Amino acid sequence: MPTSPAEPPAAPYDVAVVGAGPAGLAAAATAADAGLTVALVDDGPRPGGQYYRHPAPGLGARRPQALHHGWPAFVGLLGRLRAHRAGGRVRHLTERQVWTVQEAHDHPGRWTLHTAPTVPPQAAPRPGEPTTGEAPHETVRAHRLVLATGTYERQLPFPGWTLPGVVGAGGAQAMVKSGLVLPGRSVVVAGSGPLLLAVAATLSAAGARVPRVLEAGGYLSYAHRPGPLLRNPGKIAEGARHAAALARRRVRLSTRTAVVRAHGTDRVTGVTVARLDEDWRPVPGTEQHLPCDALAVGHGLVPQLELALELGCQTRTAPDGTPAVMVDAALRTSVAGVWAAGETTGVGGAPLALREGELAAREIAAAARGASAAGWTTAGLRARVARLRAFADLMAEVHRPGPGWTGWLREDTEICRCEEVDAAAVRAAADTYGATDTRTVKLLTRAGMGWCQGRMCGPAVSCLAAGSGRAPVSADRRPLARPVPLARLARLPEPAPPRPDEHT
Amino acid sequence: MKQTVDVIVIGAGIVGAACAYYAARAGLTVAVVDRAGPVAGTTGAGEGNLLVSDKSPGPELDLALLSTGLWRDLAAQLPQGIEYEAKGGVVVAADETQWAALRSAAARQAAAGVTTREVPAQRLRDLEPHLAPGLAGAVHYPQDAQVQPALAASRLLHAAIGSGAVLHPGEPVTQVVVTPRGRIDGVRTPRRELRSPAVVNAAGPWSARIAELAGTTLPVMPRRGFVLVTEPLPRVVRHKVYAAAYLADVTSDSAALHTSPVIEGTPAGPVLIGSSRERTGFDRSLSTAALRRMALDATALFPVLAEVSVLRAYHGFRPYLPDHLPAIGPDPRVPGLHHACGHEGAGIGLAPGTGLLLAQALRGEEPAVDLAPFRPDRFPTPSPPA
Amino acid sequence: MPRDPAGLVRSRPQPAISIDYAGSTLPALPGQSIAAALWAAGVLSWRTTRDGRRPRGAFCGIGVCFDCLITVNGRPNQRACLVPARDGDTVTPQEGHGRADLAR
Repeated sequence: MPTSPAEPPAAPYDVAVVGAGPAGLAAAATAADAGLTVALVDDGPRPGGQYYRHPAPGLGARRPQALHHGWPAFVGLLGRLRAHRAGGRVRHLTERQVWTVQEAHDHPGRWTLHTAPTVPPQAAPRPGEPTTGEAPHETVRAHRLVLATGTYERQLPFPGWTLPGVVGAGGAQAMVKSGLVLPGRSVVVAGSGPLLLAVAATLSAAGARVPRVLEAGGYLSYAHRPGPLLRNPGKIAEGARHAAALARRRVRLSTRTAVVRAHGTDRVTGVTVARLDEDWRPVPGTEQHLPCDALAVGHGLVPQLELALELGCQTRTAPDGTPAVMVDAALRTSVAGVWAAGETTGVGGAPLALREGELAAREIAAAARGASAAGWTTAGLRARVARLRAFADLMAEVHRPGPGWTGWLREDTEICRCEEVDAAAVRAAADTYGATDTRTVKLLTRAGMGWCQGRMCGPAVSCLAAGSGRAPVSADRRPLARPVPLARLARLPEPAPPRPDEHT
Repeated sequence: MKQTVDVIVIGAGIVGAACAYYAARAGLTVAVVDRAGPVAGTTGAGEGNLLVSDKSPGPELDLALLSTGLWRDLAAQLPQGIEYEAKGGVVVAADETQWAALRSAAARQAAAGVTTREVPAQRLRDLEPHLAPGLAGAVHYPQDAQVQPALAASRLLHAAIGSGAVLHPGEPVTQVVVTPRGRIDGVRTPRRELRSPAVVNAAGPWSARIAELAGTTLPVMPRRGFVLVTEPLPRVVRHKVYAAAYLADVTSDSAALHTSPVIEGTPAGPVLIGSSRERTGFDRSLSTAALRRMALDATALFPVLAEVSVLRAYHGFRPYLPDHLPAIGPDPRVPGLHHACGHEGAGIGLAPGTGLLLAQALRGEEPAVDLAPFRPDRFPTPSPPA
Repeated sequence: MPRDPAGLVRSRPQPAISIDYAGSTLPALPGQSIAAALWAAGVLSWRTTRDGRRPRGAFCGIGVCFDCLITVNGRPNQRACLVPARDGDTVTPQEGHGRADLAR
């Protein structure tokens, strides 16, 4: 890369990739294959993201692949990553979260990633040691940016969802994959989306009894749009594999059914389930009690867009109602110099994320070399990505929450877990004080003001403010992508004095 | 659809809400129009400072003293909580030079009717146990108070609606209708035409645009400010605490970044740290320079906050006029047009006084405070482009 | 033989470490998060909320929801699902904001 003599001493990388899940790993490895220097920044201690999350070495897992599909693809990526790290092309910053990205005004199109450790490195401060315990400030500079920031789970509240033992479906899976632990012996799996079958299969294989899997949507809806299904036989095979595994263990799957209440005082002891009508409204008289000692629940995934939104990337509402970064066929966002790959561009699963990561890197390599003739090399990949995206959008539409799910809320059901704001308060903000968006509800009720900054309650608040359970999840801006201690902000590097020609 | 009202208020922030509230209670029929919803703009990004301590004797202090009393009344009258806290302000001097300047400023304020109490260095920790050691002294201003701005504005608006006002959210004003003889006749939005002999421009940092729609000018400009919000804490900070250096920043004409920490606890737990002031137009990007400065200043005053996490940073655009005074009252250049804008960082505090004065002007009553210093036509009209 | 997660992946872990939780000693495997060690011991909640004093524990499992906040070696508000358990850690259930030491 051409560099100007005026550049700051720390040489920028050709590419910074945020996130080391399937998309980020594929992007980093492919970009390094193409000869670019890469900084791969990830909040986890080990590569893989949520999908390839696996136990720490100390747990001595000799068959980690028992928890995964597509493990060989991951092993292949790890090998390439290791080689590139050894060769000095890739720097992998683990356990660091990017809390903001800045565009340097004196070097247009160049990005500075401000990072902070995921976990304070010194859990126990020694006497006299500053108690923040955070490592020195670390920034990463790069010419181009790939956002592969993944997702977190969409939660829809219901009475009792804050009881201990009620955990995210993805959360239960994450705890098994990394910690080899289960939340209980008898785990009901509920919510919506393709993840539920995978979670149920994992929990069951790991020894939990799964009395029931409850899917609020209806899988039969896929059948109405057979085109993308037929073009994606791999996806059918994956679903069929989970279904077969569940059948072997006599796990019953109910569609158009939801948990409408969790029971217990100090922890969950059982759930009430009910049939849903086509609009996800609970059908009176269909309630049934299921005893269990844990509930794994989730309603699909929400892309993590903090960095993208702060950079000004345009978004779209994906068919599942979640916001996603808008990209073109080359995975370019609306902001020059920023690409996005994987779930950041819309939830679509690991096979799509792997290919998007690869595609983004190949497009960047082509752009870096200024080679317009490189188009033919990505044409096939672009087509494959487009095909997988079509299937993802179909799945997404089927699992979009229906307008009637808010019917299972009670007035005293907590919506915001952090600030303990109930449904009555959120509805009053909307009905009495005219709030129609998540920001105004937050200002009037504190819903979304707590530690998680509305990531858990945001989907529900979006619906209650809009007056429909089908309302899109609001793309809320969070200028700080994670909490940052004041001492760390105070240690930010002093800004360079403005150059004479910069006066406005 | 055509409706006729006594007055149309443009803007559903704190100032528009207060104008609607006092006008409706004075018996006028009121329509409030906002391009978004209630508190969607600057009010939602405010800290809720009701300050007399930061004002020099003069018209703004008079307005602040009037508003301070009105806020106390409102806190008692409004049916639901606005998190009003008469917590008092503490202005801290870092060294002997600042301490001398602060004391003489406080003496002038006291002469103008402000309650002030000098706090010598050795008594500072009785007032604020976590203040850094080594400060020269402080002045305690018991009249300084606090509301949660979004709650205050929404409750005021709701009370106005209870008195007959009508809110039209999500409707940008596309036209201010003026008669052939140059009088205000109403406004148009994409959804309706409202007729009225009086329009109140309470559009905050977007007020210049409304003045322009009405065929005149008002040089309101945005000034960006960041506020940091920490994780929930016990009451670590009891008052509104800020450094004496803040006094210089409020009236600064420099475009550069200015900060001076205004630090306070809230009933819900988080500590608010504000606020920076930058003249950057409507630039919404996060300024790490501002974050750094605010964090340095806040931890210098309260070292105990160093390891506390900031959960959230938000910014607002404060509307300011060249002489740092708001525009309040009728605009003689366009009969029927009224302004209630340009309060900079003091809009929450000055809102009730502004609303009351506006309602008095609308009814042709003698205003409680002389409006002359707030005349909207006090600025030279820019020469038309060649 | 009962199935369990360790058996599924044929785990042959390094020797167990121990952490102090609320006055009792709990075993943990090297590399497990504090939340995982607590789950393994059957502990599902280790925090009470600020207003309602209601029990909470791990929910999202990936560091996003902050429901699993806990005090580790005296430092409050650590995400139990992310912080690795280390031998000799003192882990304290957390009440409310976890910063009662600042109230004076």
